[in-house]
Amino acid sequence: MNIHEYQAKQIFAQYDVPTPRGIIANTPDEAVANAKELGGDIWVVKAQIHAGGRGLGGGVKLAKTLDEVRALASEILGMTLVTHQTGPEGKLVQKVYIEEGADIKDELYLGVVLDRAKEMPVIMASTEGGMAIEDVAHDTPEKIIKVAVDPAIGFQGFHGRELVFGLGITDKNEQKKLIDFASKLYKLYMEKDAEMIEINPLIKTGSGDFLALDGKMGFDDSALGRHPDIEAMRDISEEDADEREASQYGLSYIALDGEIGCMVNGAGLAMGTMDTINYMGGTPANFLDVGGSANAETVAKGFEIILKNPKVKAIFVNIFGGIVRCDRIANGILEATKITDVNVPVIVRLDGTNAPEAAEILKNANIANIIVGTDLGDGAAKAVAAAKGA
Amino acid sequence: MSILVNKDTKVIVQGFTGKEGTFHAEQCLAYGTKIVGGVTPNKGGQEHLGKPVFNTVKEAVATTGATVSMIFVPPAFVADAVMEAADANIELAVIITEGAPVRDMQAAKAYAVKHGMKTIGPNCPGIITAEECKIGIMPGMIFKKGSVGLISKSGTLTYEGANQVCNEGYGISTAVGIGGDPIIGLSYKQLLPMFEADPETEAIVMIGEIGGDLEIQAAAFIKENIKKPVVAFIAGQTAPAGKRMGHAGAIVSGGAGTAKEKMEALEAAGVKVVVSPAEIGKAVAEVLGKK
Repeated sequence: MNIHEYQAKQIFAQYDVPTPRGIIANTPDEAVANAKELGGDIWVVKAQIHAGGRGLGGGVKLAKTLDEVRALASEILGMTLVTHQTGPEGKLVQKVYIEEGADIKDELYLGVVLDRAKEMPVIMASTEGGMAIEDVAHDTPEKIIKVAVDPAIGFQGFHGRELVFGLGITDKNEQKKLIDFASKLYKLYMEKDAEMIEINPLIKTGSGDFLALDGKMGFDDSALGRHPDIEAMRDISEEDADEREASQYGLSYIALDGEIGCMVNGAGLAMGTMDTINYMGGTPANFLDVGGSANAETVAKGFEIILKNPKVKAIFVNIFGGIVRCDRIANGILEATKITDVNVPVIVRLDGTNAPEAAEILKNANIANIIVGTDLGDGAAKAVAAAKGA
Repeated sequence: MSILVNKDTKVIVQGFTGKEGTFHAEQCLAYGTKIVGGVTPNKGGQEHLGKPVFNTVKEAVATTGATVSMIFVPPAFVADAVMEAADANIELAVIITEGAPVRDMQAAKAYAVKHGMKTIGPNCPGIITAEECKIGIMPGMIFKKGSVGLISKSGTLTYEGANQVCNEGYGISTAVGIGGDPIIGLSYKQLLPMFEADPETEAIVMIGEIGGDLEIQAAAFIKENIKKPVVAFIAGQTAPAGKRMGHAGAIVSGGAGTAKEKMEALEAAGVKVVVSPAEIGKAVAEVLGKK
């Protein structure tokens, strides 16, 4: 689960990770009131969406008067912001964060993620703040310092020294401040079951202080149960409505661009089914894993969600029954055709537990647009042919 | 021969009396797995599925001599269960539970490694030595005994692959579902040499997916150490970047962990890589036919 910048900064504040002061606003009036409360003579108006690259997309702007704060907040609130991370459809801005201006002397990058190869958190730092870290990693990997921290010992002095010497920070006072900053960030990462923290940029001010100018955080979905405070930060308007609806039925759904709807059990086979459709010259319309407890209701729901997509010209149901019994899926398909108007060809391949019974059920139902696939390759080929013929 | 488990392996079940634990323990017993008991705190002394229940893993091990534990406890208690097993000198823990927090698994695995206990999973179908021992949730009937070893991050692709191998007239020695979480126990790199050393195994199928770099590590290892033919499929060639594809670890992030880079690395290591999982069976027939 991801959260907004302003929420990340609330969590930073709990851990004394320094940030500029700011207040969230839902309307231009609130934006002006917030700017007044913050005081000073320069403010930043920042669009709050779950995507990076907001500045380049026109969602982060500087205001030098309260009138400018109002004008910029009016402009940004309600805009559809397109960045390299939102996709071409962009994201609607519903909140702006009003932040005091900062005296930026230097821009750094600091993040914490799981290093899957080392199986421990790794702190990443770079002098190339303000740039996409993926680009830095690609073009100048030597400019990224990585310090893995073994949770068994926690963040130690030497971890901090590796960071500051790696970044070329020579002032002892600054070293101390940055080590303290990183140590708090690591503590937060562990205690809150974060999956990723990224501060880009982390700025050094004219007076030698370090501040998190931006903040991006994602959390381990499996650990949200023990963090009700984090769960409360969920913004459902940032999530895909269909994906969310599917998840309420135990379905894992992701929309894609193609024409063949897929309903599969198991994430690996679901991806493998998409790959097979692609390999045979078709295009998958979605990823859909019906999970281990599929029944008539969930299958019907799956059809409904797939068919919401007007581009779908055929549906390929590919089930290898282990725990999932094929006869149940077959009944689910029949049920679905009663509840939902399934107006495209449905190619069904059922293998594994109770497959013969399932075949019998489908045969007896004698529904015109159901086509039986004998195995994965055969089913995919028939689905591709059906989508092309439709 | 086979790897890790066989008809004589003594198995206990942690989370024995729960709904999942009961259902699957029953299936494993029916398959012939030597389940010698189970652990459920505060139910020690009872009998379940005709086997003794213990309060702790230490008691269960002391009484039954079990060396393997199959873990079905709820996600929040998985780390505790794994560490308890390690502490009781269990040799292999097979963790079926889905949804264990990553931080917990990090600590649990580190502890297991320190105690010399192997782990499989979490969030996996388990391990099966065909027609001898099933420790997990896979449908046993599709695994006919034979000479192909199988390692897979995905449950249903394990079944798909095994089924195709058997339909081609071959069979499975041992199949291991290693799971698709960000932190897992035994992986390709540890399992490949076991299959290489197993006289019964003549070819190896490895099924991977997007995310992480275990398949890349495997490719480097195969190039140097594996003489037996390997067939591989990597799921997620058509998966969009930045999206988590069902499994917690199946995500291309920052342009890394793509199917393409994994397929290329494996091909460069001499592995027969198939573009669709529908081709796994035929590819196995091809590599074994060449011998």
